[in-house]
Amino acid sequence: MNLAIKDIRHGLFRFVLTCFGLGLLMTVVLAMIGIYNGLVADALAVVKAPAADIWVVEAGTQGPFAEASSIPADTRDAVARMPGVAEAGAITYQTIEAAHAGQTLRLYVIGFEPGRPGGPQRIAEGRGLGTSHFELLADRKTGLVLGDTIRLGRNRFSVAGLVEDAMNSVGDPAVYVTLADALTLQTALDPAAARVQVARGDQGIRPATVAAVIARLEPGADVALLTATVRQWKHLAALSQTEQEDLLLASVVDRARRQIGLFLGILLSVSAVVIALIIYTMTMEKLKQIATLKLIGAPDRTIVALIVQQAMLLGASGLGIGLALILLVKDNFPRRVVLEPFNALVLTGIILVVCLVASGLGVRAALKVDPATALGG
Amino acid sequence: MTLGDILVNVQGVAKHYGEGETRVDALRSIDLRVHAGEVIALLGPSGSGKTTLLNVIGCILAPTAGRVELDGDAVFDGIWLRSDLRRLRLDKIGFIFQAHNLLPFLTAEENVSVVLDLAGWSAAKGRARARELLDYLEVGHRAKVKPALLSGGEAQRVAIARALANRPRIILADEPTAALDSGRAQLVMDLLRKLATEQEACIIAVTHDEKIFDRFDRLIHLRDGRLADA
Ligand SMILES: Nc1ncnc2c1ncn2[C@@H]1O[C@H](COP(=O)(O)OP(=O)(O)OP(=O)(O)O)[C@@H](O)[C@H]1O
Ligand SMILES: [Mg+2]
Repeated sequence: MNLAIKDIRHGLFRFVLTCFGLGLLMTVVLAMIGIYNGLVADALAVVKAPAADIWVVEAGTQGPFAEASSIPADTRDAVARMPGVAEAGAITYQTIEAAHAGQTLRLYVIGFEPGRPGGPQRIAEGRGLGTSHFELLADRKTGLVLGDTIRLGRNRFSVAGLVEDAMNSVGDPAVYVTLADALTLQTALDPAAARVQVARGDQGIRPATVAAVIARLEPGADVALLTATVRQWKHLAALSQTEQEDLLLASVVDRARRQIGLFLGILLSVSAVVIALIIYTMTMEKLKQIATLKLIGAPDRTIVALIVQQAMLLGASGLGIGLALILLVKDNFPRRVVLEPFNALVLTGIILVVCLVASGLGVRAALKVDPATALGG
Repeated sequence: MTLGDILVNVQGVAKHYGEGETRVDALRSIDLRVHAGEVIALLGPSGSGKTTLLNVIGCILAPTAGRVELDGDAVFDGIWLRSDLRRLRLDKIGFIFQAHNLLPFLTAEENVSVVLDLAGWSAAKGRARARELLDYLEVGHRAKVKPALLSGGEAQRVAIARALANRPRIILADEPTAALDSGRAQLVMDLLRKLATEQEACIIAVTHDEKIFDRFDRLIHLRDGRLADA
């Protein structure tokens, strides 16, 4: 006869309600873990997208994400010629606002050279960019669909393809355009004074600048050696891919990450206390019945099993409901919610420990209770 | 009538609650022997120590002084001599409490069979034994009902069935017939008498019910924590 199940079935509505409440709490915890992961994944998406080995940027800057970087576009040729470099591409980044379907879209415009590193790894729908002008690849989160047109700067771009999970570290969805279009766009968005200069015929004097040049290396090439070589050049600095990723996490999203991390910590503590309280209260309410069980001769084993089984069932149901709910709603979040099996596993471990500790407290009280208290009457 | 083994042997047992100004001497030097086959009534005014004495014999309450032997084993002599008091209760003592103390989350039948489950009976045998007792006590038709829906008398009879389920040799009953009409009270007394004879058990029952006094072998009077044999 399983007393834990019998007791739960006796007060089923209440138990289900408690599980559901706990489930909602677990949903929030899981959402927070997912948001935290999503923040990191989103932040790294922009660095990871070009699948580069080396980032060549302006000397003295930690560009192009942590700081602004501007280098001559022809740096690409110099980098491409370096021994060990398989291919290199120039790349630009700018954030602009554009009107679409009556709404203002904030877009992260990535300019790259088609056929060279810098473009998206995968086109989800449509085709990639060729040499033709005023085409773009848009992230799905922009809401743009194939064939849509949108005005960026002075020109109207048409959507040639769609990509996924492309955005900058604050979550603005990305659009990819050709480097040539990106440079035109840059000029169009220059301050008025600069544009006046251009109109006067200064065009030729100002060389095209890009944010960075990225390079993919030949197998076996020495990243450290190459970055060291680039650093010797005037006006240039170089970062390896890992340095770039670390830099982005450390500088750009660090505070947001710590903010969410701390909140997650608080949330976990609150959950732990709530779970412990529920289990402890559940046991304390049963003290008289536990005393009765002792009176009729039930061994400690039976009483411990009653408490621990109920605690485990509560924890498991709460976690199960939480997981089910978060999987149901996670795609409706405006930014990515990324949950790895590992996260669920760690949370399971934490809940397990909390349930055990809480039932430990209950068990302590239950084992201390004098069977005579059942007689109160 | 020849007397069977001594099942309960209480010597010089005293019990007081509290200390100093609030001290209550519930029992003062009680000597009592009960033999197998005996059905004994414990009488006395309210507060005279009847429940306290039953609890001491039932190993629920440690006396302040004295010695207690159950079924030939010394269980208390200034301190508890056994660490497995609950197992002892499960195997040897059936307790019918003043308040019925049924577990609210189990049905009437389960409240009885849980004892057998703890004692290691198979589920089927436990259920059959529970049904048999409940049927005898005329509450078989309420077997699937939870205690909250039972009348006081029905709950009392279920509690009696629970106390008797594991065939204990020492049955302690605190007002077992208080909630019952006289017909059912007689029925319970018949059952207790039958058990005493067939299982060589002893019954110690607290009662105020004069209608059943003639069903006991001995009436023991308690007054201010002392025995006053009649
Ligand atoms: N836990 C306790 N703490 C303090 N005093 C107690 C406690 N239990 C019982 N007493 C006191 O001990 C005395 C004997 O109580 P007991 O319950 O044994 O009486 P009783 O004969 O069973 O009475 P009743 O017929 O009313 O059930 C009473 O004076 C009672 O107030
Ligand atoms: Mg009493």
